[in-house]
Amino acid sequence: MVTLAIQVLNSFYYASSLFLIACGLSLIYGVMRIVNLAHGSLYALGAYVTAGAVLLAGTQPSGLVFLLLPAGAFAVAGAGAILEPSLLRPLYTRAEEYQLLVTFGLLLILEDVMRFFWGALPLFPSTPADLLGSSSILGTTYPNYNFLVIAVGFLAAALMWGFVYKTRFGVILRATSQDMRMTSALGVNVKRVYVLAFAIGCFMAGLGGAITVPITGAAMGMGVDALVLAFVVVVIGGLGSLEGALVGAIIVGFFRTLGINFFPEVELAALYLVAAVILLVRPAGLFGRP
Amino acid sequence: MSLLATTELRKYFGDVRAVDRVDFAVREGEVLALIGSNGAGKTTLVNLISGLFPPDGGRIVFRAADVTSLSVYERIRAGIARSFQLVNLFDQLSTLDNITLAIFAREGKTRSLGSLAERDAGVRDEALTILQQFGLRDKTDIWAGNLAQGERKLLDVAVAYALRPRLLLLDEPTSGVSTREKTPIMDTITSVVRAEGITAVIIEHDMDVVFKYSERIVVMHEGKILADGTPDEIRSNPVVGTTLLGTSAPAEA
Amino acid sequence: MSTVDPSPVLFGLTGRLRGAAFAVVLLLVLPWLIPPYQTILLSYGLIFGIAALGFNILLGYTGLLSFGHSAYFAVGAYAVAFLVKYLHVTSMELSLLGGIIASTIISGLFGAVCVRHTRIFFAVLTLALSQVLWSLALKFYWVTGGSDGLRVPTPSLLGGLIPGTGDKVLFLSRPYYYFVLVVFLASVAILWVIVNSPFGKALQAIRDNETRAEFVGIQVRRCRWLAFLISGTFTGLSGALWAPLNGLVTPDVVYWPFSGRIVFLTVLGGFRTFTGPIVGAVVFNYLETYAVATTVYWQFVLGAVLVILVMTMPAGIVGTVGRLALRIKRVT
Repeated sequence: MVTLAIQVLNSFYYASSLFLIACGLSLIYGVMRIVNLAHGSLYALGAYVTAGAVLLAGTQPSGLVFLLLPAGAFAVAGAGAILEPSLLRPLYTRAEEYQLLVTFGLLLILEDVMRFFWGALPLFPSTPADLLGSSSILGTTYPNYNFLVIAVGFLAAALMWGFVYKTRFGVILRATSQDMRMTSALGVNVKRVYVLAFAIGCFMAGLGGAITVPITGAAMGMGVDALVLAFVVVVIGGLGSLEGALVGAIIVGFFRTLGINFFPEVELAALYLVAAVILLVRPAGLFGRP
Repeated sequence: MSLLATTELRKYFGDVRAVDRVDFAVREGEVLALIGSNGAGKTTLVNLISGLFPPDGGRIVFRAADVTSLSVYERIRAGIARSFQLVNLFDQLSTLDNITLAIFAREGKTRSLGSLAERDAGVRDEALTILQQFGLRDKTDIWAGNLAQGERKLLDVAVAYALRPRLLLLDEPTSGVSTREKTPIMDTITSVVRAEGITAVIIEHDMDVVFKYSERIVVMHEGKILADGTPDEIRSNPVVGTTLLGTSAPAEA
Repeated sequence: MSTVDPSPVLFGLTGRLRGAAFAVVLLLVLPWLIPPYQTILLSYGLIFGIAALGFNILLGYTGLLSFGHSAYFAVGAYAVAFLVKYLHVTSMELSLLGGIIASTIISGLFGAVCVRHTRIFFAVLTLALSQVLWSLALKFYWVTGGSDGLRVPTPSLLGGLIPGTGDKVLFLSRPYYYFVLVVFLASVAILWVIVNSPFGKALQAIRDNETRAEFVGIQVRRCRWLAFLISGTFTGLSGALWAPLNGLVTPDVVYWPFSGRIVFLTVLGGFRTFTGPIVGAVVFNYLETYAVATTVYWQFVLGAVLVILVMTMPAGIVGTVGRLALRIKRVT
């Protein structure tokens, strides 16, 4: 009973960070039809920027450290705002393969950029986690920081949903994703929409990295691992769907948490197999547009 | 005895009845024009017969065999071939290669790995003959994507013809081509078709072409067959005149 | 968008045959002209040339971009390692055969699954399947050696006539180099025939216009599967050749950046030409060796080169050189 509660919490914790990465990936694909292979590296970049900032702050007054947490998200959003017009825009008219190739090149570049600025050794900016302490869940201690991550995840989901479905810009986003030429003919500055959509997607990825870095730390190669998992989430939930990203993240979160406990040897393989099966049976995913 | 007959053929897209319980028959050897305003269901009917998508109801019988559930591949093997309204070619292959490809497919050689395509003299000769028949002999090595529009339309038909079908479905073979060019193109197509005794169903919008080249006209409107007869019968049919905009004064052929 | 191999236009058949003959002669005498280390380096280049040619059957000729080709390379490599470790096979010919059979089976299986889809979904599916293999290679360490991998000693050639014992560098830079060269030349010849066969033409038709290909009577899915099979088999063949040369087979060879590397070197050389992938593989080999030697940030160099390549020179080295030569020829 105790372990069940912990497993559920862990699943939601994991789902939270997965959702943040996946929804960015889905948003970018939904609006711009771009599959960004460097998306995981952006998540990693967010983690590193925040880790660097938090470690620099050292043992400053406690409040400040929490203010530094979103630093990674904003940095990555800024990077996205620069990358989209320079690297991606020239490729919209070309075959899809070129996008995949350029974003793969970007992945390689980012990996070494992170190594250059923060070195090859992992970083553990645990201060925010330590400050929040832990609670006792049915007799077991559980870090309070995890609750923060879960909360941020759900808050982000709610805010994204409101943004996409309730705001004027959200309407423009959805219109552009459905018919770019039509929206542009209606006078919408599609270029601006694209940059903003990309920046928002990057913000989410960066936030995912930033918010989890006090627990998970930042290490080389984390971006690559995150990307493949984000793809699994998006395949299950459906590329381009917000609900899909959320549901997919929860499914994968539970699957991995239970998997690590009960079949650790093959849990990763099983996860990829599930993704492969879904791609075969229902390539659009649970909520995607076929 | 018809070469092809559809019974109660239906295809609906949501509320739109693109093909609405159509009984359509083609006799062997005839050249039939399928006309109607945009959205009448002509292309959908051809798509159903050629196998692009399955019908929602009804049957298609070709040469006394029920082909309704056959795949595109099986229908081609049975003898149905088509060209496309928006020219659909292998733009990065040469004109000759477009034809040889069809011949290889027809011969079942598309999975033969061990021989060089260029070396197959028999196939090459046949392809050159076909290009000759269609007036494209001098364009042999030019990429299909670099041909003029009229030549592309002819090549599109030639590729379908290279499959040696019994029934040739041509979707607007002169669309996008200047009026001057239409006659030579249609002359070429019909002379080849008649010489080989191939049955042809031609979707057309240009009424001059329709009345000049076909021996039977089928008029579709809103998914149903409105009229069916010889050019004279259709010309004097008042219902046809009123429903089809722009046909009130067809030019004398 | 001219994307066809310009060499037939430029050189004609005799010209190309002469060029090929020259290249073969050069490759035959090189070990006597350059130091052993360079010969071994060239062996790596030739091996990846085979992998790239195999990969390009799918990308350049069928229009399918796979991000999971590391799987077949790894299957070939691990097959050799297993044969050596568990069946004590010492003959390279047998090991090679084992590698080929294993990769044919796996690519046939994976291919049947993957060719039901195209483009993004195809790419992600191939990636997912290669990741499955990677996680298996990592976790089942009692079979695969886990992250430490399996050692592969030098094999014997020609059924024991040339023993694998003795000076390793000498073996790798002479007898083994010629073994690799023979297999390389045979692979190039076979793939050239395949690409120019009716099947090869059918693949290009499918690449250019899938709908029309279907309406010309080509069985699209079956042709794609066969292309996948051929592609995976040749990539696996190269993995098998690679194992004794590298001496060690680890899960790194299944991890997805390795697939990316195969994609990269094919694009570098030019994926719309026949010889492009070979050139790309050889050039990449040197690029990587010297980049790694010069800076620890070699991933940055590779990434930057890839981005610049795609933005400015998408036809790759061979394609761009060919286009330039065509333009020069037209002017003169």
